[in-house]
Amino acid sequence: MIISAIQVLLALLLAPALLSIIRIVKAFFGGRHGPTLLQPYRDLWKLARKAPVYSRTTSWVFRASPSVTLGAVLAALAVLPLCGVPGPLAFTGDFIFLAYAFGLVRFFTVAAALDTGSPFEGMGASREVQFSALAEVALFACLIALAILSSSMSLSTMLDHSWAAAGNMRGEGVLILVAAALMLVLLAENARIPVDDPTTHLELTMIHEVMILDHCGLDLAMIEYASALKLWIWSAIVISVALPMRTGDAAFDIVAGVCGVFVIGILIGVIESIMARLKLLKVPQLLVVAMVLGLLAVGLGLR
Amino acid sequence: MQTILELLAICLILLNFRLLGASRLRSCVGAVAIQALALNLLPLLSSAGENWWIIAMMAGSTAIKVIVLPALVLRAIDRTKVVNEIEPLVGYTKSLIIGAAMLALCAFASRRLTVPLGGVDQILVPISLFTILTGAFLLVARRKAITQVLGFLVLENGVYLFGVTFAVSEPWLVQMGVLLDLMAAVFVMGIIIYHINREFDHIDIDRLSNLRDGR
Repeated sequence: MIISAIQVLLALLLAPALLSIIRIVKAFFGGRHGPTLLQPYRDLWKLARKAPVYSRTTSWVFRASPSVTLGAVLAALAVLPLCGVPGPLAFTGDFIFLAYAFGLVRFFTVAAALDTGSPFEGMGASREVQFSALAEVALFACLIALAILSSSMSLSTMLDHSWAAAGNMRGEGVLILVAAALMLVLLAENARIPVDDPTTHLELTMIHEVMILDHCGLDLAMIEYASALKLWIWSAIVISVALPMRTGDAAFDIVAGVCGVFVIGILIGVIESIMARLKLLKVPQLLVVAMVLGLLAVGLGLR
Repeated sequence: MQTILELLAICLILLNFRLLGASRLRSCVGAVAIQALALNLLPLLSSAGENWWIIAMMAGSTAIKVIVLPALVLRAIDRTKVVNEIEPLVGYTKSLIIGAAMLALCAFASRRLTVPLGGVDQILVPISLFTILTGAFLLVARRKAITQVLGFLVLENGVYLFGVTFAVSEPWLVQMGVLLDLMAAVFVMGIIIYHINREFDHIDIDRLSNLRDGR
């Protein structure tokens, strides 16, 4: 129990550092000196000290959105396992809870974006909803494959037992497919490069960033922190699927898990450095590929 | 061994999806070549790999399908100065979804099908059916003559894979597969494409359906 709490605390503390790892890798590829590891923390602190400003056309939905976002992501964090260390509040069926906690985040982000009445934000909202509809199928296909493989319905045991179960019934292929599909979904859900460019300055091409244009101050800090935590949660899930070894010693597992999450961060940084953004028309194709990988994993798992 | 076989099988399935989703001719050619290579590795992993004639056959078929045929297709692409972009009649995303449906169909069909196996895993049967269907789909859903050749090669890969599952009991079936390769190389590449290109200055087969007698 204590070790689970430590794992959550580490996530809360280190999530912004994951963002700066990605930025440092990108800066390295671009031949620049990157920001220091602490820069996202400074940004969050700067934003948190500022009072938010609200447009007169917005309603309570716009004001509620940042708190709901952060709250839902924190709730998702409570069921998150990391490389064999179970989440503190793990229960049967919690993978559905995790998926729809993110669903709630998306719903409120989109509702707040529509609430502002800005045409750019409406456009971003439309894209976000379109892509996440495809990503959700892929996500659930992956989770179902893991549930079949580990014959359990809780994310913690699913991720913990799947490699052992795979060794027994020759399911390594399934896990590789699931890890690849989840990595694609991670890139789409966290607005990373082949799908969306987090550093773009043109509203027309944005997806996630355009929806939070009207938030500022503490609200923006909450949203940024929530999206850092979301990236951490996704990276933890991917690395828990991809890392075959469990030492059994919880302390070692946590260290391995945290290092693994940062490896995923480096991987994202490399992907962002060597790839251009896809055309918007091509993004559904990428997500359909993730879906096919997931369904293939389910098919192989059922065999 | 079993795990490597399974990973190769997954590779074959993913290469089919790669072919369905690829938008460039050259990457399609590459995928077909890699698929042929993976196909030829499969029998070596099974117990049949100890027979010398199987190894010899695989070496010959690798030389033809992984090196000669892709080189010929690439040469045809260069010679005919065809645009690298594939013009699909069915969009890429739709192709991928249809591919997933075809895979499900093949998995379903192969459960009903009882085939005598020659020491190779049962998983190969649905994959060979899926490869055949993918090839057939590429034949009808892509516009260029070169993609049709590629579709034919994929279809042939599927037939060959089906033959490989019998390789121990029916060696001649596989030999016939290799002969079919040579047919594809000589007949389709040599005659059809060059002739279409020489007669009509392009290889867009869609325009062939608009041909009229001079009136």
